[in-house]
Amino acid sequence: MSENVNKYIKRKVYKKTSSRIAQKFVDAGLQEIRACINCGTCTGSCPSGRRTAYRTRSAIRRALTGDESVLKDIDIWLCSTCYYCYERCPRNIPVTDMIIKLRNIAVEEGYILDSHFVLANNIFYATGHGVPATGENNKKWRDLRESYGLPPLPPTVHSYPEAVKECQELMKAVGFKKLMDNAAKLKEERAKAEKKDKEE
Amino acid sequence: MSEDYKWHYGFFLGCVIPNRYPMIEASIRSVFDHLGAEMLDLPGASCCPAPGVFRAFHIPTWLVIAARNISIAEEIGVNPITGCNGCYGTLRDAWYELEHEYELKKEVNEYLAKIGRTYKGNLEPKHVVQALYLDMGLDHLKDYIKFTFSDLKIAVHYGCHIVKPSDKRPWDGEYEVPRFLDEIVELTGAKSVDYKDKYMCCGAGGAVRTAVKEVAADFTREKLMNIREVGADIIINCCPFCHLQLDLGQVEVNNFYADIIGEPFNIPVIYITQLLGVAFGMDPNLLGLIKNHELTGVSPFISIDPFLNIIKNQLI
Repeated sequence: MSENVNKYIKRKVYKKTSSRIAQKFVDAGLQEIRACINCGTCTGSCPSGRRTAYRTRSAIRRALTGDESVLKDIDIWLCSTCYYCYERCPRNIPVTDMIIKLRNIAVEEGYILDSHFVLANNIFYATGHGVPATGENNKKWRDLRESYGLPPLPPTVHSYPEAVKECQELMKAVGFKKLMDNAAKLKEERAKAEKKDKEE
Repeated sequence: MSEDYKWHYGFFLGCVIPNRYPMIEASIRSVFDHLGAEMLDLPGASCCPAPGVFRAFHIPTWLVIAARNISIAEEIGVNPITGCNGCYGTLRDAWYELEHEYELKKEVNEYLAKIGRTYKGNLEPKHVVQALYLDMGLDHLKDYIKFTFSDLKIAVHYGCHIVKPSDKRPWDGEYEVPRFLDEIVELTGAKSVDYKDKYMCCGAGGAVRTAVKEVAADFTREKLMNIREVGADIIINCCPFCHLQLDLGQVEVNNFYADIIGEPFNIPVIYITQLLGVAFGMDPNLLGLIKNHELTGVSPFISIDPFLNIIKNQLI
């Protein structure tokens, strides 16, 4: 087959596909975006696109054609999930939800930013809070709570150690821990390969 | 549950309210108690989990942990209520999905069974503003107003997830130009001023703040410039993450974008129940408005003294 076919021809992949990534898009239920008419209402409504290179229509188009590059760019992580694209889409595609599904696949493939990985793995999994008040670094926040007449720690997972364990047990059972471990492994492998490429 | 109260809620705290902006927690507890609503604790509740980050990493984890949080309120038999648009997004969207997809609910309950919990459903998660506006109603709030401002211009910031996705929200599909928060604000005599792109996102959500702080701050810069242009005295909001982004983010905007903003920004950022409590004549200490500490590097990062001066000049 001419190499230009693979390079330039992008078909909608949702009927039958041999590409592993495209299959993942199908499995994740992204076929809803087949209704997309490329009108650009999403991009035009996007407050992130006003200031960054993130173009909602482009991300949706790439997902529709099974183009893996959409997972690698930081762009899909610059969507603030404000839901204007979801609300205004004339084809009723839940656009924001589709971007979130794309992010799920990106993480599965190991495309997760360091800051997000630390937040998920070292903070959320470990404490049950996304923004915790425990630990020596956060003493000032506990003191601040007390200054407003509140107990130093709220009656959340912070006050119930067994509740943290419950959350961790759920996260293990549902596959979150495995997902994070795998993402870390893929990230490391990719970093090594890039380093090797540079050396060569 | 106490019979002394007309309404009963399970206070879902989330993360940012208790752990970064406890003055918001204090004001919600005080104002709801004052209005005859009991706020019961949800012992052992966790992060909602945040819709822009954790949902974006793994949807099943997001759903199962959200279901666990709602199940804690079910045990007590009250509607979970949150003062955070992010938590509202998660609890409400998860609730909506679980109410509409039986298979999903079954699957989630298989996971919850491992920790001896069940998600039953039926208890609608609510937002503090939803309770004020829809459960109690403006007339009820009006009865409590003791003081009104004679000259206070307020820039109202709704945030995104209190109104969107609109098919899963209680505002009759209105998301382009909602008015409910303006109506609550105007009970205090203050004027809610229009400004360009009033309903625009603060920039923090959707994992953007954690990804690239400068991008989040550029959203905020645009909002702040529009707010300054109409001469607003303060910003009122109903979400602690927007609150953080508009407060701490103001410092970041002054730093990152010093070359294009002209004068640095210093607009006080106040949560809706803090403003209401003042108009109700409540002790500002109960509303988290008075600083009682010598800590550094804590919220609020932009001084609220100009607001306290307005209170002194107009109400006392």
